[in-house]
Amino acid sequence: MRYLPLNEADRQQMLKVIGVNQIDDLFTDVPAELLNVEIDLPTHAGELGVERTLGAMAAKNRAASAGPFFVGGGAYKHHIPATVDHIIQRSEFLTSYTPYQPEIAQGTLQYLFEFQTQVAAITGMDVANASMYDGSTACAEAALMARRINKRKKVIMSGGLHPHYASVTRTNSELLGDEVVPAPIDVDGTEDIINQIDDKTACVIVQTPDVFGNVRDLAPIAKAAHEKGALLIAVVTEVMSLGAVKSPGSMGADIVVGEGQSIGNGLNFGGPYVGLFATRQKYVRQMPGRLCGETVDAEGKRGFVLTLSTREQHIRRDKATSNICTNSGLCCLAFSVHMTLLGEVGLRRLAMLNHEAASKTADALAQVQGVELVNRAFFNEFTVRLPKPATQVVEALAEKNILAGIPASRLLPDIGAAENLLIVAATECVSDEDIQKFVGGLSEVLQS
Amino acid sequence: MSMNNQGRPTKSDSVHVDAPVTFTGNKALQISEALIFETGDFAGTGVDFPEPAGISSRLGGLERNDTIGLPGLSEPEAMRHYVRLSQKNYAIDMGPFPLGSCTMKHNPRLNEKMARLPGFGDVHPLQPESTVQGALELIDILAHWLKTLTGMPAVAMSPKAGAHGELCGMMAIKKAIEARGEAEIRTRVLAPESAHGTNPATAAQCGFRVDSIPADDTGRVDLEAFRAKLGPDVAGIMVTNPNTCGLFERDIRAIADAVHEVGGYFYCDGANFNAIAGKARPGDLGIDAMHINLHKTFSTPHGGGGPGSGPTVFSQALAPFAPVPFIVHDGTRFKLVETRKAANSEADGEGGKSFGRMTAFHGQMGMFVRALSYMLSHGVDGVRKAAEDAVLNANYVQARLREEMTTAFDGICMHEALFDDRFLKDTGVETIDFAKAMIDEGYHPMTMYFPLVVHGAMLIEPTESESKRELDQFCDALLSLARKAKSGEMADQFKAAPVYAPMRRLDETAAARKPVLRWTPPEQKQAAE
Repeated sequence: MRYLPLNEADRQQMLKVIGVNQIDDLFTDVPAELLNVEIDLPTHAGELGVERTLGAMAAKNRAASAGPFFVGGGAYKHHIPATVDHIIQRSEFLTSYTPYQPEIAQGTLQYLFEFQTQVAAITGMDVANASMYDGSTACAEAALMARRINKRKKVIMSGGLHPHYASVTRTNSELLGDEVVPAPIDVDGTEDIINQIDDKTACVIVQTPDVFGNVRDLAPIAKAAHEKGALLIAVVTEVMSLGAVKSPGSMGADIVVGEGQSIGNGLNFGGPYVGLFATRQKYVRQMPGRLCGETVDAEGKRGFVLTLSTREQHIRRDKATSNICTNSGLCCLAFSVHMTLLGEVGLRRLAMLNHEAASKTADALAQVQGVELVNRAFFNEFTVRLPKPATQVVEALAEKNILAGIPASRLLPDIGAAENLLIVAATECVSDEDIQKFVGGLSEVLQS
Repeated sequence: MSMNNQGRPTKSDSVHVDAPVTFTGNKALQISEALIFETGDFAGTGVDFPEPAGISSRLGGLERNDTIGLPGLSEPEAMRHYVRLSQKNYAIDMGPFPLGSCTMKHNPRLNEKMARLPGFGDVHPLQPESTVQGALELIDILAHWLKTLTGMPAVAMSPKAGAHGELCGMMAIKKAIEARGEAEIRTRVLAPESAHGTNPATAAQCGFRVDSIPADDTGRVDLEAFRAKLGPDVAGIMVTNPNTCGLFERDIRAIADAVHEVGGYFYCDGANFNAIAGKARPGDLGIDAMHINLHKTFSTPHGGGGPGSGPTVFSQALAPFAPVPFIVHDGTRFKLVETRKAANSEADGEGGKSFGRMTAFHGQMGMFVRALSYMLSHGVDGVRKAAEDAVLNANYVQARLREEMTTAFDGICMHEALFDDRFLKDTGVETIDFAKAMIDEGYHPMTMYFPLVVHGAMLIEPTESESKRELDQFCDALLSLARKAKSGEMADQFKAAPVYAPMRRLDETAAARKPVLRWTPPEQKQAAE
């Protein structure tokens, strides 16, 4: 067995040093009748065999890069520079642990400090943590943080919040008996959420661009929330948008959470991703998750350590701000390397290329008979109303090797009005030819 | 003539010089590296893109016009930055990483290769099901392995890490209690004092009150104290097994029976599953839920603190309350059940009480591929052998170190050996100093000061990935450090350690007192002061 260095002679010698005769003498605390029971699973295999088995499964999936691809909805297909994957596969990053021994973990700690600074910059906030599991769990944690800050128990969720984010938030907040109020579905980004904020409201959660792709002005919502003593939690599921759209921080958000997958991280069928979490300086001590901070060593040299850990479960136990322990360390690194390669100019240009691809796609689709663009303002994702149920259309296009987007009904199965809505994303990976194929395929499917 | 530790003579005239202070501050291969914010500028970039066509914006007047504050580096500069940083990290690929309770085992590179197949790595979670049948099949097969290895009837795959799995288990318990109409009554969760911090934190996050159970003098749950705490208000108990002292809870079935008798549930923290995987099934021990850290037992890399993955197995009693999404097979193809409503119509009989959703998508697919790659490689025979070797290695280390160090409890251990600081009494050396001295010897320290039930705890988990030769050197080094400490004359050297690491001991108190959590431009910093 290639992963086990001990040989039989070693094992015998070691048992002797321990003072027992056989391996099961070390398992005597396990009830004897339950030890070594027959377990019906395959036995070991060589690399070649494993590659064949898993390769056959992989071959049954349609990869995003294997044809026209327009699926978004909180996970986006972007090009990742080759450097990123090389760096994150370096042993010293890949096979290290949480940096609890800072003297031999400065590599991890410094990139986390840089990551935190990058996230704070793009979100327009003072500080960011060293990541959460993903955008949706970050969103749920933000709602819990709001109740810690203003001791209120009512959560208002925008009708443009990704329905899965809304579900995760509800699952978590209702555990503590909080009232979670979802606003009605808001397809075109014109909801009046301000009216719903009252003096019992802990927080209002608004996504921009929202799940239908609408770019939202958060400033009036922030103002209204603050007047009632509530917090505005801004959700960004497409972090690429922050290269083109005003930051939530500049529009008055108190907490910004997001999905960082778009920068540096592949689609991976939904995970691992990287949850972004940023806030104002004054709320730092109520934040969940790890934080990396600057300090000095015994010789006065600048270095970095995990800090403010009295917020965390391993110190504070049942009084901790969250139960989170493991986060998305390596995905932060991927994010940070990609962001460092992009830089300010690269991110802005890439964001603009995304916006243009989506703009072109939207205009081309709107030319198709019976197709109507819903959005007034969008970034790289938008919604079209089709003359047919979107699920059928998506299935029919998939057979033509075109992945057309997400039927809104998949996210909102109980909302009749969602049935004909198709959510379409177009990134820098979409070529003119892809758009032509999409338009051609859609015309055929709608006519048939 | 003096000899070095390889038995070779040293040239006295060239050896005894003071280490020079270099102009750069570098020490040969240890190269100082500034922050990207200090070396890069806002015009730099390491990517080439076509010029945007310059369409008129459709952002609704919300264009970003401020400076974001992101420096860019060219590709060679970026590569050098991160490679230099990497060289300041210790890693399992460099040497033993004996962090107790963390299971730092070898991370096979086949796993990495498999996870990067485009059919897994480049697939979107919301693609039509017809285009992801292989991905769903993989999750289904992994679920089968996890259920079979644990002897449990159901598993939730979506939890993103161990603590998220705990949350999953405790949410199901909360829902089950609600379904019985006992939400108001059952508000207390029992957890041993030795528990991971995530256990009480998770219970509190579910709105439960946490009540600690003391350990007995063998390091296990004090059965009498436990029984005394039982009552009609108990929602459940959270027990790690093998526990955080590295010991198997011999009375686990009695604990399970007792908690069931009063109507509570048994959550088992599966962080230490590596000790018994393939040897014994938690399902035979009477548990109701347990998370499995794929990044511990099943070799997915820790990546400097994540990502993890924490699938959670359930007993028949809790299975109906498991979260969405989950996968079903309708005879011809795999289907995803993504909403509570769909889950309810999917379940038969009294099923259909899913507590909802824990994450946006289907869980840590990238980790699923790696874990299954590991399982297929090892097979059930290899998984069992790995558990045996892990326990053997821990006991070997315990036996050898007993010569100079003090174990917290007598007898054999499971996959990790727990020492206390009695052997350091009156030496002036504390656990932390001992740990930092290990760094100079080229080792990552063990887990320090945990579990809390032992004074100055040092928890060593070598895992099955260490050879005997590596373990012998490790033990020799620790024994030598213990002797040095006990000699009473070298406390200063311990207090100063590490001296050969890229950094000397870092001031964590100062970091917390005045937190600096991001880089700030010097002019802004000055203005603020």
